[in-house]
Amino acid sequence: MNIPSDLRYNNSHEWVRLEGDVATVGITDHAQAELTDVVFVELPAVGRQVDMGDPTAVVESVKAASDIYAPISGEIIEGNPEVEADPALVNTDPYGKGWIFKMRVKDAAAVEKLMDAAAYQAMIS
Amino acid sequence: MSDNLLHTPLESVHVELGAKMVPFGGWYMPVQYTSILDEHAAVRQQVGIFDISHMGQIVINGAGAEAWLNRMLANNVAKLQPGQGQYSFLLNERGGVIDDLIIYREAADRFFAVVNASRIEQDFFWLAQHQPEDVALANESDLWAGLAVQGPLAAAVFARLFTGVALPPRNGILRFTHEGQELVVCRTGYTGEDGYEFFSAASHGPAWLKAFVAAGAKPCGLGARDSLRLEMGYPLNGSDLSEDLTPIEAGLGFFVDLEKGDFIGRDVLIAQKENGLTRKLVGLQYLEKGAPPRSHYAVESTDGQVIGELCSGVLSPSLMTGIGMAYLPMEFTKLGTVVNIDVRGRKFSAKVVKKPFYKPAPKQA
Repeated sequence: MNIPSDLRYNNSHEWVRLEGDVATVGITDHAQAELTDVVFVELPAVGRQVDMGDPTAVVESVKAASDIYAPISGEIIEGNPEVEADPALVNTDPYGKGWIFKMRVKDAAAVEKLMDAAAYQAMIS
Repeated sequence: MSDNLLHTPLESVHVELGAKMVPFGGWYMPVQYTSILDEHAAVRQQVGIFDISHMGQIVINGAGAEAWLNRMLANNVAKLQPGQGQYSFLLNERGGVIDDLIIYREAADRFFAVVNASRIEQDFFWLAQHQPEDVALANESDLWAGLAVQGPLAAAVFARLFTGVALPPRNGILRFTHEGQELVVCRTGYTGEDGYEFFSAASHGPAWLKAFVAAGAKPCGLGARDSLRLEMGYPLNGSDLSEDLTPIEAGLGFFVDLEKGDFIGRDVLIAQKENGLTRKLVGLQYLEKGAPPRSHYAVESTDGQVIGELCSGVLSPSLMTGIGMAYLPMEFTKLGTVVNIDVRGRKFSAKVVKKPFYKPAPKQA
């Protein structure tokens, strides 16, 4: 299972990449494997304010719809149009082209409190 | 397993094959092995295999079997020659569907019914309540392991395993002996593709599953089974059929014989035919790409009135668009009628279409 060491993770299987005050969010390799074939991604509206833990996007497989939660509080600044057009990117490149949304975080330091790769690895094993 | 779930005799093989197991209708069943999309495609293009050991088998035997079954079932068993089967319904007095099933005639006075897993007890109880003296009933559901082998290459897989045994024609049944084992094969399925349902003694099931897989059938779970049947517009009892809905309302009048004489529920069906329906099951297909439709999502008229809910829905893997079924008031059932499906507050336009949603390549036999 691929768990990049430069990302942060939360217990609902989202990953966060922080660059300045912008956080890019997607779902982990483990999550995509559990969900299997992603056939639809519902992106959040740009400008929406979300709190940590809010259902923010939806990823759907043939069988089920799964909420994607905001791993951190902030404002949605972008949704990934590529996963909307080609939802399978969430499966094939979960940490790259399969990112789901970007947000401007309120408190960049809060990202540091999320799990690191080792802690996430421990959680899923 | 210390749960209340029922376990199929094939469970150890599923686990060995890497299945993701889930509770389904009281059973612990494989929902998928690798990918619902891959399993779905395998059945449409090649051949897949499903565990159907959870389904029930009821044997009806005796001099009075034909006449009695024709009072218990909505279709006409008198039309069946030995070796033939038909889709039929067990109805309650209100014409509601207790179960949809396939009934095979094996001999003049012997019938074999294959029924839904979740309804075995109700079916058997209902039949036993009405059982006359000249008919014997046996619930053989625990005795059999079942495999559905489905897809354009299903017959080739059979030929590989059973040299010299000819598959029965469509809807037919064959009981045969192979290396001392009693086996039953029925040329039917729930996918729209060519294929058969294969029954062996429960204890031999695991070896047969492995043998079919070795002969080329891809293991498929309930996820693909559901998307395949829904592309064909086949109903799932408990979702699309219930004891409060009749086969006429479900659009399945073709499988009901109102002319054969009396049967339980017939009066209600005749009245519906004469007086017309208030609601009917329709197929709905998205006009554009959208979030997968799922059961219980609200169906609205274009002016925003809730007119029903989806009883089944899926993103069709063959068509890559949303499809579903709903009971709608008659004014919304005309082909081409546009409605909206509410997905978490977003509305996706769909239109009433003819079933099946997907047309498989022509079958043999």
